Amino acid sequence: MRNMPKMPAAIALASSFLFLGACKPVVLAPAGDIAERQKDLLIASTGLMLIIIIPVMALTVWFAWKYRASNRDAAYRPNWDHSTKFELVIWAAPLLIIICLGALTWVGTHLLDPYRPLDRLSESQDIAEDHEPLKVEVVALDWKWLFIYPEQGIATVNELAVPINREVEFSLTASSVMNAFYIPAMAGMIYAMPGMETKLHGVFNNEGEYQGLASHYSGAGFSGMRFKAHATDEAGFEEWVQKARDGDTALTREEYLQLETPSENVPPRRYARVDPELFDRAVNMCVEENKMCMAEMMAIDDQGGLGREGMLNIQPVTDDKHARRGTKPVLGHTPFNVVSICNPAEAAAMFADLGTDEPVERRGREIMQSRALPVPTTLFQRLQKPTIRDARASGASEQKL
Amino acid sequence: MAVPANVETTFLFGRLTLDAIPKDPIVWATFVVVAIGGAALVWALTKYRLWGYLWHEWFTSVDHKKIGIMYMVLGLIMLVRGFADAIMMRLQQALAFGGSEGYLNAHHYDQIFTAHGVIMIFFVAMPFVTGIMNYLVPLQIGARDVSFPFLNNFSFWMTAGGAIIVMASLFLGEFAQTGWLAFPPLSGLHKSPYVGVDYYIWGLQVAGVGTTLSGINLLVTILKMRAPGMTMMKMPIFTWTSFCTNILIVASFPVLTATLVLLTLDRYVGTNFFTNDLGGNPMMYINLIWIWGHPEVYILILPLFGVFSEVTSTFSGKRLFGYTSMVYATVCITVLSYLVWLHHFFTMGSGASVNSFFGITTMIISIPTGAKIFNWLFTMYQGRVRFELPMMWTIAFMLTFTVGGMTGVLLAVPPADFVLHNSLFLIAHFHNVIIGGVLFGSFAAINFWWPKAFGFQLNQFWGKVSFWFWVVGFWVAFMPLYVLGLMGVTRRMRVFDDPSLQIWFIIAGLGAVMIAIGIAAMFVQFGVSIWKRNENRDLTGDPWNGRTLEWATSSPPAHYNFAFTPVVHGLDAYADMKDAGAARGRGKYLPIHMPRYTGAGVILAGLSTVCGMALIWYVWWLAALSFIALVGYAIYHTFNYDRDYYVPAEEVRLTEEAHARQMAQGA
Repeated sequence: MRNMPKMPAAIALASSFLFLGACKPVVLAPAGDIAERQKDLLIASTGLMLIIIIPVMALTVWFAWKYRASNRDAAYRPNWDHSTKFELVIWAAPLLIIICLGALTWVGTHLLDPYRPLDRLSESQDIAEDHEPLKVEVVALDWKWLFIYPEQGIATVNELAVPINREVEFSLTASSVMNAFYIPAMAGMIYAMPGMETKLHGVFNNEGEYQGLASHYSGAGFSGMRFKAHATDEAGFEEWVQKARDGDTALTREEYLQLETPSENVPPRRYARVDPELFDRAVNMCVEENKMCMAEMMAIDDQGGLGREGMLNIQPVTDDKHARRGTKPVLGHTPFNVVSICNPAEAAAMFADLGTDEPVERRGREIMQSRALPVPTTLFQRLQKPTIRDARASGASEQKL
Repeated sequence: MAVPANVETTFLFGRLTLDAIPKDPIVWATFVVVAIGGAALVWALTKYRLWGYLWHEWFTSVDHKKIGIMYMVLGLIMLVRGFADAIMMRLQQALAFGGSEGYLNAHHYDQIFTAHGVIMIFFVAMPFVTGIMNYLVPLQIGARDVSFPFLNNFSFWMTAGGAIIVMASLFLGEFAQTGWLAFPPLSGLHKSPYVGVDYYIWGLQVAGVGTTLSGINLLVTILKMRAPGMTMMKMPIFTWTSFCTNILIVASFPVLTATLVLLTLDRYVGTNFFTNDLGGNPMMYINLIWIWGHPEVYILILPLFGVFSEVTSTFSGKRLFGYTSMVYATVCITVLSYLVWLHHFFTMGSGASVNSFFGITTMIISIPTGAKIFNWLFTMYQGRVRFELPMMWTIAFMLTFTVGGMTGVLLAVPPADFVLHNSLFLIAHFHNVIIGGVLFGSFAAINFWWPKAFGFQLNQFWGKVSFWFWVVGFWVAFMPLYVLGLMGVTRRMRVFDDPSLQIWFIIAGLGAVMIAIGIAAMFVQFGVSIWKRNENRDLTGDPWNGRTLEWATSSPPAHYNFAFTPVVHGLDAYADMKDAGAARGRGKYLPIHMPRYTGAGVILAGLSTVCGMALIWYVWWLAALSFIALVGYAIYHTFNYDRDYYVPAEEVRLTEEAHARQMAQGA
């Protein structure tokens, strides 16, 4: 536990009242166009619903009072239980409101889709035809945020800076558990998930320092996963980037694996250089050496998979990753990584022509044969006598496992 | 504190070691209090020789009324536990400012908010709902018991077994630190290696069996055991809402069970359903759990909608307005509740069209719900509204729930959800509907049917104290959360750094204290009412001028419910009978065929609980043994042919005549 100042409750209470005036409902007074439009929609929807909510609440109180048992002047019709006119109103009134709200929702959801590039910078500023959004890659780590600026070649931890009135395109992923990335003043939140990439577009219109946070519970250090988002003018941003570049630490894959280990309340940190492949590898869960990237594995599966023989070409993790990659399930096998199915040259050959229009008939279900690659060596094959197939697969003997 | 690292498993005790006992002084203090209380209870039960009474009259009972009451007792006990968690969270969040860590470390705090959610939904709201349905449905449809009385007893004890497993985690090991739905990968073996998530899984699996079986039981009961003349469209509205709820239970709880089985396989044998790599997909878990989770919300609220309908109609002295549209509204909600689950994770990035679809289906649900509110309004219209406690709770519900409904529709607008999801606004919203709907409804039901169940009325004064503290306390506790949500504050935070937020947490904490007084006042109300029961006797069996068949019986009803199976000619069957001057059946008394009490339910559920605990702690021999015993005993029980008996006609005559004398005395 950190220092815990003991303040008498009364003083705490009194001082809190002083701060009451300073409270800002940031969701209702944001600093960016997307959050601004989300707020507008929030207020419009509330207004629409109040059209029906207020009369209902008023009627509840009024009917309850007017028809109280002691009021013998009020009408009493114990057997009155149906009125087509009323029923029509009862169903039609909410229906009409929901039709309006539904239309608003459909349009609003499409316009404010976080995946959609911005169509304007603010109410008064259009966006240029040839504008380039600032790209920021975000990785939710345990328990801090990593921001990679691929164009600037820098990276930061728990500190974000963006120029105002420029579209920002966030690409997000996470290292181990789900999280959500949220800068209330800028735009709504979006999940950051391991092995997946999500997108968020936003813009700041006002300069300032804003709160950013993790909004999806992610474990013990979750509360401390906050960062400051600095919205500055273009010059200020350039200066900030330069300052980061002046440092001497580089975010390499090894450095990332260090950074990835759980830590709490991490102070901001900057990296002057960053491995350009890092974000891609984080998404594909192959920052470690000796691990097949998910995209590669999916490409293989797309070709029909490795087949039975290939199943054993996976390497149990025996190095120091063991602790991080997972405990052995009590009734299961030791966790393993998929490493590779062939040597780098073969892999290159296999992936070189991916994406071209292959004739369908070349996609056999046989293991990799459609690619004219040798059959991988398996444990079974090693135990068996050599066969013709093995002879054909002789090239596979130098495979790196 | 925290998790013992690298626990060795031994054959005899699995991974249960001395390290499993929490070192936290708060837990120790709780343990001492619970131990003293438990010892006092055991001593009292022994001293007054009540063990036999409890076993023979209650624990082994297959009488739906007694089982219903036991469900309510379970719900009330667990409410105290769940609320203790709530007030600890409020205190932590009110303190943890300006560099202060508060008084709870992350390991403890994260367990508390997880346990709070799990307990309040599975072991408070569900027992309340199931208890009310169990007690009332057979009475309302003129039946003598449910279709499968033994299964009913077994279901209750399975629910209680699940509760015991969850409570055991307080003093042995830890509970999950994952949030109440235990999303992987956080709940996977890699991130939660110790027993917490296993407690979660097995607690819910054991209780889930009970819930599913009870759903099947009540569904069959409503379909097959209605009194002659009671067609579907003449069923009391509460029975209708129970019917829809049980359809939802039967259709959605298996999804929960299957999802948890997949998570169990991931954790125990290393499959990759929800892992990050090797083809696992955590998003699938989130979809599956919400495919159960959203119908679950309606499972909780629909029966209480039925309660509010009965209460409004009775205390307005009027037929329910728009019965038919009420029924169709309920059925609409039942169907639609399966088409909205994705609104719980708009922010996952499913794309605009998918999000709009689920947003709009969610809004559509508010149409039948709105129709229901209007129907209650027009039931009061031109009625004679008596402000007894059940009606007070109902009006508080109507005023509270509409606000909760409005914020719910707001959250269904995806762009608004992007800024409010996971925020305290969301927390305020669902407490607004669950407290304002499910709890207020359960309290209305308790106050309404208490005299039926026990033969005396509840104390008015303490009931009103409880009511005002609850209702005002609710608003004081949750309005600040709406405000905080709009200030961009999200849920499950343990510490804060913005000091301007603190005041709102302090106000919310004061609200929680008021709710605590409300809960205490409710227990005082029960105590005072029981103590002074002779002053508040209900001799008539019909203290509120009721409209449905349960009021045709004595208070409390005879164990066989009805000496003569009532014949139903229309809605509000008992009101009709009273109008026709035929409130009491007449004719020759016949022997009544009734099920016999059995201890098999307690034994089977006990074995399941032991098996669950053994699986949590990896004590394989005990798990295997208890599982074999479970199956063996279940087979053995099927050979028990002595399951029923006849209540002699003479006994029925005496009981009924005593009731008639009582009524004459009361009138």
